[in-house]
Amino acid sequence: MSILKGKKVVIIGDRDGIPGPAIQACVESAGGEVVFASTECFV
Amino acid sequence: MNSVIKGSGYCLSYTPGLMLHNGSTITTERVVNPDGEFLKEMGKHVRSYEDCVAYWPNQVYIGNADPEELRKVEFPYYDKKFENASRYGKFGEIMPEAEFLLLAQSCDCFEVFYLEKGFVEAHKKELAADPVITEAILNRVTAGSELSEIETLVSNGEAEGLYYENKLVGCVKRAHDIDVNLSAEVMLENLMNKASSVLAILHSLKNAGISPDDVEYVIDCSEEACGDVNQRGGGNFAKAAAEIAGLNNATGSDSRGFCAGPSHAMIEAAALVKAGAFRTVVVIGGGCVPKLGMNGKDHVKKGLPMLEDCLGAFAVIVSENDGKSAEINLDILGRHTVGTGAAPQNVIGSLVADPLERAGLTVNDVDKFSPEMQNADITKPAGAGDVPMANYKMIAALAVKKGWLQKSELASFSEEHGLVGYAPTQGHIPSGVPYVGFAKENIEAGKMNRVMIIGKGSLFLGRMTNLFDGVSFIIQKNTAENEQGAVSEDEVRKLIAKAMKDFAASILDKEAEA
Amino acid sequence: MDLENQKRVKDFAEKYGPENLVVVLGAAEGEAAGLAAETVTAGDPTFAGPLTGVQLGLTVYHVCEPELKEEFDPAVYEDQVSMMEMVLDVDDIVNEMNEIRKEYCKYLSA
Repeated sequence: MSILKGKKVVIIGDRDGIPGPAIQACVESAGGEVVFASTECFV
Repeated sequence: MNSVIKGSGYCLSYTPGLMLHNGSTITTERVVNPDGEFLKEMGKHVRSYEDCVAYWPNQVYIGNADPEELRKVEFPYYDKKFENASRYGKFGEIMPEAEFLLLAQSCDCFEVFYLEKGFVEAHKKELAADPVITEAILNRVTAGSELSEIETLVSNGEAEGLYYENKLVGCVKRAHDIDVNLSAEVMLENLMNKASSVLAILHSLKNAGISPDDVEYVIDCSEEACGDVNQRGGGNFAKAAAEIAGLNNATGSDSRGFCAGPSHAMIEAAALVKAGAFRTVVVIGGGCVPKLGMNGKDHVKKGLPMLEDCLGAFAVIVSENDGKSAEINLDILGRHTVGTGAAPQNVIGSLVADPLERAGLTVNDVDKFSPEMQNADITKPAGAGDVPMANYKMIAALAVKKGWLQKSELASFSEEHGLVGYAPTQGHIPSGVPYVGFAKENIEAGKMNRVMIIGKGSLFLGRMTNLFDGVSFIIQKNTAENEQGAVSEDEVRKLIAKAMKDFAASILDKEAEA
Repeated sequence: MDLENQKRVKDFAEKYGPENLVVVLGAAEGEAAGLAAETVTAGDPTFAGPLTGVQLGLTVYHVCEPELKEEFDPAVYEDQVSMMEMVLDVDDIVNEMNEIRKEYCKYLSA
């Protein structure tokens, strides 16, 4: 069973890891519905 | 001709009192978890001024050791001592807290900054002994107030207390009764930022060997905002700091771009000078009070000292080409555009690979890259990793994709073309610009040809856009001599025009003959 | 995890039901990934945010984990993320995420 398809997805990206919008593009390509995407910054 | 780096100043101000009372992590914790362990424990994790001075990354920041020497120090750094550490370095100084509070008081133009009489008396001589502090600044420090007056202002909620060695010694009052943009907290942050900028300006003037009267323009690229309810970010920190630093012939303005601010401001300064608008421009960035102790919870949890106990500041003087100083090449600019996107490979591609490619260069033509120079001693325990190292890995990975590097060279790339981080996590302060001073020196000594300064900024934190941002530029060996020796652009134009005229004439001649 | 982000996660879990919500992380280090994953499953371990003491048990993955990669369009992943696999310690991140999921996730499909 798929993890993302048909699910509501919240994205917590990281400025020094993978930023939110980059993750969003991947999640959408898998059929997940992104309801919120943000990017955190520790520096 | 390209503009040059005439000099720079890099300063830290040791401010554990501000950290424990005004750092955002701590003020947030007081709201959400007032009885938590962290607030009880943090006082035990404050290091002494002497330990702060003897801290390796701090000595590198003020210029007492090259980042390459820090590479040889075993990680972590907090438990090592720099031998014969000094308050002063060739780029600046680490100012003790009491003196800094007096300096900040001298920056107050609205009678909101109060210090207790005895405190001023006890420390004014110390500030006077600082070789860059001017008579005019000392004259601005007031005689001080009664402690009772300060206590009343703080207990009324009209002022933010200022603490030295855990004792109330002063306060910053709100500048308006209802306007939150002029609240005591905001006034405190802005005045501390201004004071740290003033200190960096004074050191940069000394290092560049120029008079305050030579400066014609100042660009501030900090991350604070000053203004009132009708113009919340009106500015102008640049001119405010210039006034106290005695730059009587200067005007200025503020430039903002989160952590990318300094790189934007450096490009603007270089362009203003190259265009002939102003002959000498100073780019300044002052310290950020809320970021003091930002990762303190992780440091305390792991038994470390709270390493974010200093306000950082820098000033870089950009001026007309003098035929010898390292220069800024405006032909090789990296730019993260609206269309670049957030994918890390696109970000680093736009800032590093694209500008080099446009100039017919590769990463191998750049001696050192200075991206985000955050000290890993601070970021690693907080789960943010080694930020400069992550940047070098990205640059190297991209270079492999471009065929500029062999995969086997990935590991050695970051040592040869990279630096170890040494700057405090003060947002814009570590962003590319800390290495400008070393880059100038190493280039002028003939040890390097090119250094790339990379600034990146998290615009999305302002909730106005989800975009990221960044710009980069190259500092290189002075080329004025070559330009004089070679044919100038004007001459080339004349030569081409003459050749075309001759060619046209020869066609006409031929037609006439036919 | 940022307090505003915690609030959003909590609100979305209420709105859509925790079984319908998946959290995807982009943290730079295993430890940070683990802490964020713990926050949306067992509650905020730093006792600071709205998720303190709230055991949502949400399904949570890091974007570089193989289970998610299988579902992404490979071309999109290649463009957006792949280079970071050379930068991040993916094994460490995967280990941390597996541990948290094993312990706290309530809605994993077997």
